[in-house]
Amino acid sequence: MSAYKIIDHEYDVVVLGAGGSGLRAAVGLSEAGLKTACISKVFPTRSHTSAAQGGISAALGNMGEDDWRWHMYDTVKGSDWLGDQDAIEYLCKEAPRAVVELERYGVPFSRTDDGKIYQRPFGGMTKNYGNGTAQRTCAAADRTGHAILHTLYGQALKHNTEFFIEYFALDLIMKNGECKGVIAWNLTDGTIHRFRSHITIIATGGYGKVYYSATSAHTCTGDGNAMVLRAGLPLQDMEFVQFHPTGIYGVGCLITEGARGEGGFLVNGKGERFMERYAPNAKDLASRDVVSRSMEMEINEGRGVGKDKDHINLHLDHLDKEVLEERLPGISEAAKTFANVDVNKQPIPVVPTVHYNMGGIPTNYKAEVLTLNGSEKTVPGLMAIGEAACVSVHGANRLGSNSLIDLVVFGRAAAKRAAELVKPDMAHEEVSSSETDKCLSRFDKIRNSMGSTKTSELRLNMQKTMQSKCAVFRTEKTLKEGVDQIRKPYEGIEDISVKDKSLLFNTDLVETLEFDNLIRQALTTMDSAYSRKESRGAHAREDYSKRDDKNFMKHTLAWQNGKKVEIKYRDVHSRTLTNDVQYFPPKERVY
Amino acid sequence: MAQFNLPQNSKIEVGKYYKDETNSKNLKKVNVYRWDPSSGKNPRVDTFEVDMDTCGPKVLDILFKIKNEIDPSLTFRRSCAHGVCGSCAMNIDGVNTLACIKSHTDINGDLNVYPLPHLKVVKDLIGDLSTLYKQYESIKPWLQTEQTGKEKEELRQSQKDREKLDGYYECILCACCSTSCPSYWWNGDKYLGPAVLLQAYRWINDSRDGDKKERLKKVADELKLYRCHTIMNCTNSCPKGLNPAKAIGSIKKMLATS
Repeated sequence: MSAYKIIDHEYDVVVLGAGGSGLRAAVGLSEAGLKTACISKVFPTRSHTSAAQGGISAALGNMGEDDWRWHMYDTVKGSDWLGDQDAIEYLCKEAPRAVVELERYGVPFSRTDDGKIYQRPFGGMTKNYGNGTAQRTCAAADRTGHAILHTLYGQALKHNTEFFIEYFALDLIMKNGECKGVIAWNLTDGTIHRFRSHITIIATGGYGKVYYSATSAHTCTGDGNAMVLRAGLPLQDMEFVQFHPTGIYGVGCLITEGARGEGGFLVNGKGERFMERYAPNAKDLASRDVVSRSMEMEINEGRGVGKDKDHINLHLDHLDKEVLEERLPGISEAAKTFANVDVNKQPIPVVPTVHYNMGGIPTNYKAEVLTLNGSEKTVPGLMAIGEAACVSVHGANRLGSNSLIDLVVFGRAAAKRAAELVKPDMAHEEVSSSETDKCLSRFDKIRNSMGSTKTSELRLNMQKTMQSKCAVFRTEKTLKEGVDQIRKPYEGIEDISVKDKSLLFNTDLVETLEFDNLIRQALTTMDSAYSRKESRGAHAREDYSKRDDKNFMKHTLAWQNGKKVEIKYRDVHSRTLTNDVQYFPPKERVY
Repeated sequence: MAQFNLPQNSKIEVGKYYKDETNSKNLKKVNVYRWDPSSGKNPRVDTFEVDMDTCGPKVLDILFKIKNEIDPSLTFRRSCAHGVCGSCAMNIDGVNTLACIKSHTDINGDLNVYPLPHLKVVKDLIGDLSTLYKQYESIKPWLQTEQTGKEKEELRQSQKDREKLDGYYECILCACCSTSCPSYWWNGDKYLGPAVLLQAYRWINDSRDGDKKERLKKVADELKLYRCHTIMNCTNSCPKGLNPAKAIGSIKKMLATS
């Protein structure tokens, strides 16, 4: 592959991705004096963290008594007991400090009367182990993610982080099961860059775009997840895909759960507040999987809204104008732009929409990537954080506002762990060129694809298959069909066409590489879902409607090799990190 | 008489015409600026006939339709598609805005899509924003506070003080405002422009920040600030409904009264 000009770099640590977790890690690494590169395919403030609306959870107790143990219990219950409780303890215990740190960085949080950070109710967030609603979700109006992302970018600038912006990462450089760096393509000048690093931190976000309708950005293609699969490592719990209850009907634009936190409620075609039937206590603030399933059931039983009775109404029109203006200005604007709805007068048409991937790269609570080799084993040189990672703190279902806190807590943890493992200016090992050759031959092959199928056709085929066969409700039949059908777009790559052959900002090639990344994750998602014969959190099987702790209290691990997916399992950690809290044993999950 | 030479490759030529192949009865002609740096050719405007019966409501939907179904080499930035990331800023029908929130039904007749004006074009609809990003960095967009030993506690801010950030912290750095400003067109290397000055004001105006004086001093410059001649294009073009002109006016007022 000598045809490509390769530019070499050496860094102590390389961070892939510049969203909330990548930036937080980069800040910590720079503070620790490590030579750090942060690579991103988009300018940092374009990352999808900017779309997070409702808030960031932490038991600050600014709006009434709170305790991180209550937060932990809620998160364990929200995860349907699939989350690792050592990691969840770490998340919830560290959360208050992480939010104060963000405030000190300059995040413009909304305020209480006495000038503290404002906190709102959110789905599944309770007081005293499930007794009453907690106000735990710290908010900057309904633009919390945007506010955090811009602030973290500012911090990264303050700490002189070295950015490589509009670089598309291609593959990890592996040697004897250890990660030695990464290869990336500079979109603006077409050059190939080889970064050697002692640690590579994957912070590339989720892969929502395997579905047709998702709140995810077009850039949410899980590039890091796919790199991990190509490196012969597994992804974990991929069957757990969160459908957010309130995506705008027909558009997919997110309407924050904070809308219900501020008093909004869902109504079916008969004018009923149906959530009272499904979740008598929490009602509209039950966890997302529960609300989404309830909405689907209303629609399936003919009680939807609209001409085709295929959606649900979200009412905010009873709320004070001031509440809408102060606390929910962003979604008021979105409802106008995308549904032509004045939230003061009309309900917003909504439908459950793909929103978040609980699954991803398995890690421990220090962000070190895990694989299975007899027993749990870390992969030296490789870390993962944010939505790309599966720590697992979200288990089978993530609670709203637990993702932003995940980003900063584990972003910080990764930096801390890297600083323990790497000393500034340690010498780099020689790596043979075979890894580079392998990476570039894949790149070159795709770039020179002369087939007859458009990338967009294969992508649409994949998205429609995922949408119809791996949706909110799943059965043996739909999943079996899905397992077969999802392999068609995978095989279609052999006949793909890339029209633009240039190396300068070739988005035709970028989209094709992204498709190659997506389809691998689609395969592992479908096969993982097919193999899990129980219902847990976001994975709802009509034919196995109960949770089966005896057989499935375990994490799915999926390796992908061509169109073959190998499934294995590893135990859920049935321990906490310290004696500050006791393990929460599984029980029935009722809201 | 003075002689002017246009830079090389600056003449825009008539490009390809992509005729509809779907036999649609509801067509819109979309004229799109194209330039491929690796071709060595001049920029051109291609025309696409797009079937509106199978197209989503926004201009970005049209661009997706062209890229997915007609010409995959069409190049533009896009990400969230919901008006929050600021990637798809471009000049649509003569106005700088975000393609993802601009309804094409608002536009009668042919649709003209160009890159943001007065930026170096990277390819097709992608402009080079690196100068603006460097200027953003120059205003130190981070909170500056003195060490007090109470770093483990949150800073207090009254609701009234927090309200002063509304209308400013929401900026998505899409650059629609700066690239609509004639002063920025002429002096873009020295004048900070509306986007960056709005950001500067966001920090000047944050009650928690301890560096207000220094921040004001830094922008109080003939070129950095006073190239603003209140033309107001910035406020007219902001797709998020913000008012950069007001922010600039407020900075000027602070300097005049301090």
